[in-house]
Amino acid sequence: MKKILQLENLSIGYTQRKQHKIVAKDITVDLFGGELVCLLGPNGAGKSTLMRTISGAQKPLGGQVLLEGKVIHDLPARHLAKKLSLVLTERVQGGLLTAYEIVALGRYPHTTWTGKLTDKDHDIIQWSIEMAGANELAGRMLAELSDGERQKIMVARALAQEPEVMILDEVTAFLDLPRRVEIMQLLRKLAHQTGKAILLSTHDMDLALRSADRLWLLPKGGDLQVGAPEDLVLNGAFEHAFASEGVAFNRQSGAFQMYQSYQRTVQLSGKGEGMLWTKRALERDGITVSESANTIIEVQNDPDRWVLRNGNTSQQFETIYDLMSGIRREEVTL
Amino acid sequence: MDSTITTYTPRATTKVKPKSQVRLYVFPIIALLFILFFLLELGIGSVHIPISGVVASLLGLGQAEDTWIKIINELRMPRTIAAAVGGAALGTAGLQLQTLFRNPLAGPWALGLTAGAQLGVALVVTAAAVVGSSFLENLAFFSNLSIVAGAMLGCVLVLLLIVAVARRVSTITLLIFGLMLGYLAQGLISVILHFTNQSQAKIFAGWNDGSFSGVYWEHFPILIPLAAIGLISGMLMAKPLNALLLGERYAHSLGISVKRTRIVTLTSAVLLAAPVTAYCGPILFLGLIVPHLARGLFNTSDHRVLIPGVMLLGGVIALAADLFVHLPWERHFLHLNAVNALIGAPVVMWVILRNRRMRGFEL
Repeated sequence: MKKILQLENLSIGYTQRKQHKIVAKDITVDLFGGELVCLLGPNGAGKSTLMRTISGAQKPLGGQVLLEGKVIHDLPARHLAKKLSLVLTERVQGGLLTAYEIVALGRYPHTTWTGKLTDKDHDIIQWSIEMAGANELAGRMLAELSDGERQKIMVARALAQEPEVMILDEVTAFLDLPRRVEIMQLLRKLAHQTGKAILLSTHDMDLALRSADRLWLLPKGGDLQVGAPEDLVLNGAFEHAFASEGVAFNRQSGAFQMYQSYQRTVQLSGKGEGMLWTKRALERDGITVSESANTIIEVQNDPDRWVLRNGNTSQQFETIYDLMSGIRREEVTL
Repeated sequence: MDSTITTYTPRATTKVKPKSQVRLYVFPIIALLFILFFLLELGIGSVHIPISGVVASLLGLGQAEDTWIKIINELRMPRTIAAAVGGAALGTAGLQLQTLFRNPLAGPWALGLTAGAQLGVALVVTAAAVVGSSFLENLAFFSNLSIVAGAMLGCVLVLLLIVAVARRVSTITLLIFGLMLGYLAQGLISVILHFTNQSQAKIFAGWNDGSFSGVYWEHFPILIPLAAIGLISGMLMAKPLNALLLGERYAHSLGISVKRTRIVTLTSAVLLAAPVTAYCGPILFLGLIVPHLARGLFNTSDHRVLIPGVMLLGGVIALAADLFVHLPWERHFLHLNAVNALIGAPVVMWVILRNRRMRGFEL
């Protein structure tokens, strides 16, 4: 794989009253072409500082970022623009420009001072729009597009810059779930098909776990952990990074859940999805499933119902909601 | 594997190149209007000259009357050129300020640049009066370079203030700040004028009303080159201004030097707004509304179209407004700024009420 970006002993942070405030240090990691890498981390760990430093917008406090072997912060802006492109969170106010014209702005590092586009430029613009799956948006005014459509166009614009590496900072933040999934799939496809390195910072743990080829996990304190999402789940780095009171990472479900002091237990019988979701509902109320419990909840199919047995008494519920509210109102004893 | 990546050549399988939505055919229409208003400006006034007479006078043909040639050459031509250049200059400055501050209501007048220039001129005039210089005694004092220098200095000072404030406040707040600067300048001007004598104060009051009529041939050697430098440097910045439509971080990521773009564009705006204000007095609304009309007519925010567009359209609107002032009214004498307000205020209201997102700005 082609090594595109190298972070060498990088220290990031900011300078306040001539004092260096280091957010994270000793970051050494490579970014390869053809991979979608997600940068994850809790708020305040320095994700945006790291993104700004890598994209050349901010100087590192120590160490260096190399782009194809050259120090990124020494490159002239125009030269850097031919190698590295950005997509940001902010909603772009492109004015009265069509999506096509916005994507064409991506050719700016390659055009002369008049910004005139050659046939080759047009070909690259059209290819970028096609790769982003935005053919039907091309002729529309940017102002008419939805947030998700805009971000697709901004991705196409970043692609039209013909960079080696694309850096995307929280680009899915304002999008709804289907749009987020769509953008992540698009980025995966772009990384794999074009061989570009794509680095995306996100808050969306679930989506990052599912889509990233590699995760950069930045916990508070700045000790960057790198690996396939699954590696980081298995070695506990994930739990560690997000360790905070009241929230726990469940390695089995791959999701976070609220800590509960499980005081009550039930036995659960049944099968399939019904049982799985009943278990979830019980756990939300701090009830854990145990073989030794006195109370038994039977999950029955066809018709769906929930039967709760305790000694000689038994009660039936039509829905999980009825069951849980019964338990909450203490109409049944566990 | 490396080689397959570096030699990757994009090739779109479906050629989707949507038809441009820019209405370039508006250019010849505006150009025709420009010529029409230009000729009408030369013809209409207390002495009516038919258009054929205007053309004959301009071309030096036989049927032109001597009085016509004299009126056109000495009175109406300077005024007409001043209106055309002033409109082009203010429209361009307005567009530059709107893009740079990402503010749809920006303009030389709205941001207080005009007021700064006025104050600069007032200071120069008063200083000269206090030291007893005699050049003020004749009307030609406006041709003096020091007036333009004073206007530019005032303009630059206000601009520095606006730049410092702009990052911290919202669009509307910046606008109110600019308008307040205008009132502040007017207040200071009134105070300053106490130090001049009555005749000077009267000359100044006339200038302070804003008019293209006070411009004469001897002003052009200063006005035209400055405006030309401003207009040409404005044209050269079309590409970086387009990148700035995406915001500063995106512009930077496209290899544009945001700092240089700001400095060149703001300098250009000062070169355009200050000399026009120095010679014509404060011209309200034009710089604010012309860019909006141009965006609407050409249906684009592309500065490569808009910059020549606002130049031409600015000229047309200024000529039309001045023409309206000089129609042979029987009773009233109209002020140029009254006409500007009649055109301008509704446009601003429309921008505020209906235009929040469609023109690509958010208020």
